[in-house]
Amino acid sequence: MTTTKNEYPDVSSLVDEKPPGEGVVAEADVTRDGYHPSLSDRLKTGWGRRIILAIAVGVLIAGPDLIGDPTRTRQWAEYLCYATVAVGLDLAWGYGGMLALGQGVFFGLGAYSMGMYLSLEQVEPGQLPQFMSLYGDNDKLPLLWRPFEHLWFAGVAAVVVPALVAGLVGWLVFHRRIRGAYFALLTQATALVFWLLLIGQLKLTAGTNGLTNFSEVFGHNKYDPSTPEFLYYLAAGALLVALVVARHTVNSRYGKLLVATRDGEDRVQFLGYDPAKAKTIAFALAAGMAGLAGALSAPIIGIVAPDQFAVLPSILMIGWVAVGGRATIYGPMIGALLVGVLKTRVSESHPENWQYFQGLLFIVVVGFFPGGLAGIWRKLSGAVSARLPARGGSADEPSRAPQTLATSEVAS
Amino acid sequence: MTAELELRDVVVSFNGFRATDGVSMSIEQGELRFLIGPNGAGKTTLIDVITGLTPVTEGDVLFRGESLVGVPSHKIVQKGIGRSFQTPTVFQALTVLDNLDLAASFKMSTLKLFRKRRGISAAVADTMEQIGLTDSAHRVAGALSHGQKQWLEIGMLLVQQPRMILLDEPVAGMSPQERAATGELLQRLAGDHTIVVIEHDMAFLRSYAEKVTVLHEGKILLEGTVDQVQGNPLVQEVYLGRARDARSGHVASTESGEAAQAPDAQEVLS
Ligand SMILES: Nc1ncnc2c1ncn2[C@@H]1O[C@H](COP(=O)(O)OP(=O)(O)O)[C@@H](O)[C@H]1O
Ligand SMILES: [Mg+2]
Repeated sequence: MTTTKNEYPDVSSLVDEKPPGEGVVAEADVTRDGYHPSLSDRLKTGWGRRIILAIAVGVLIAGPDLIGDPTRTRQWAEYLCYATVAVGLDLAWGYGGMLALGQGVFFGLGAYSMGMYLSLEQVEPGQLPQFMSLYGDNDKLPLLWRPFEHLWFAGVAAVVVPALVAGLVGWLVFHRRIRGAYFALLTQATALVFWLLLIGQLKLTAGTNGLTNFSEVFGHNKYDPSTPEFLYYLAAGALLVALVVARHTVNSRYGKLLVATRDGEDRVQFLGYDPAKAKTIAFALAAGMAGLAGALSAPIIGIVAPDQFAVLPSILMIGWVAVGGRATIYGPMIGALLVGVLKTRVSESHPENWQYFQGLLFIVVVGFFPGGLAGIWRKLSGAVSARLPARGGSADEPSRAPQTLATSEVAS
Repeated sequence: MTAELELRDVVVSFNGFRATDGVSMSIEQGELRFLIGPNGAGKTTLIDVITGLTPVTEGDVLFRGESLVGVPSHKIVQKGIGRSFQTPTVFQALTVLDNLDLAASFKMSTLKLFRKRRGISAAVADTMEQIGLTDSAHRVAGALSHGQKQWLEIGMLLVQQPRMILLDEPVAGMSPQERAATGELLQRLAGDHTIVVIEHDMAFLRSYAEKVTVLHEGKILLEGTVDQVQGNPLVQEVYLGRARDARSGHVASTESGEAAQAPDAQEVLS
């Protein structure tokens, strides 16, 4: 659309911009003497995928043994929660182009759901959590808290409530064509409102102190050395679920629709799709994954307090995805794990410097490696594959593996 | 019998400027209608109004007797009206196959969309063959040539089997062979489909048009056969005036600001 009239006034190009390197890859892969799939492309097909997945699962399962130390295992469990958030957030931001700066809200909703259950797990049935006797004037459990006596309810609510909230917000916002910078600001504002609410509702949330003192978690004693391992496997399971859902989503037709919506929201309508609906679904999925991670973070971190879910932590979540690489399946996970490890290591040795280090890391990534680690990997593997023998013969009509089309796919 | 598409006194006003100024026209099922007029005449605006991209200020748009006013664009597409844009806009990050498959899946429920595509549907394979992109099925659309993108866009339209097709300058920038292929395709499609084509090129019109509507400054100047339109002194005036301007270097003063396209005016009568 060269004439400006067919385009809506769009301030969003800066923030909604598609991730670097997409849509231009194929041409570069094709050389005179044949089709050179990059190493990362080779790994994406059939066996490559399965092998990567198998290694990932193997490492995850062996994790506690590799780590060896319960304290470190607990820390890794925490990073796994962050990775789960990042995998979901990438659906919204990387694939859907929605710069969601309030993901902490959904993480927090999950954490508080489970936090309420854990608080009640510490006391006899019918009794009030400790903080309520401090602030509360009522001697009965508040209505909001009652269903959270049941673990199943807390678990379901931790995922469903964030997804519903995101679905509702998304539906309203996207149908009003709020996007780009406005959407980013709006989500950030929700993080602020959420934080204020948590602090304000002292009797329900214990205010700034938050919910804590979970000595008993899901029937395990917190100080039992095997408990971190148990929590680790819970978090690893959640991450795997998130990865499988994300991978399936991205590879499905809906995933293509999401990418199409990201790159041409106005155009998608003229294919007969409602872009607001497509975006709402991704936003809700991302929120559900954040909620799931939040729920597990409650016993793992051992405290659920407003500052964990405020504006700043929400922005850091975007940082994880940026470091790992937008619009890739494994990138955001690796980004979150890496930032988590670095955070622990750097703040152990130089506690006062972590914030600067983190800021610098994000600046370097955004400024010099917009594709994140995945982008660097793509470049490196591209360089490597140029030295590998080419696939296929002549390149007069270069295309991506046309032989698969001719043989296996046309059938149906 | 109700017309396939009917415009009733359609006015589109941009901050007081009437890009479309009381247009009434009626298009029958199966027609192949050409829409011509100098740059800024309001042709694109008319398509925008029909497809819900631009709201009508006054008047009504009826598709098979049903008003389209206020209906969101994606629902208009679901009713069977497809369109293309003046510059091709395919999804660059998706492969040719995924572009077409996404277009073909537009009636699927959201739940079904969550399934992975397995294989290629016959409709998509046929379309890919028709637009000559079978060999490029797995290339991302961003790597296609301009002409191929235009074809892909047409393919995405066809695979949806719309009742009515609105094309905005589909052959601009195409080679003579590609133009001929497009013209023949249009004639083949007419009858089963109702087609409205915006086109500047007179040679193309002479070869393929039956009925032509001439727009000028937001109003219908004339409606008739190609010969009637070409012989009409008013039409010549409109185009010649602009052609003279263009030749004497007054290009920049054309009202639409699309000065770069002014040479079109010269081609029109050549
Ligand atoms: N969104 C808009 N805002 C203001 N003016 C517009 C807008 N869209 C179109 N116009 C004006 O309306 C007139 C008709 O435009 P258009 O329909 O694109 O003409 P055509 O397609 O016949 O060349 C032009 O003068 C154009 O500048
Ligand atoms: Mg136009």
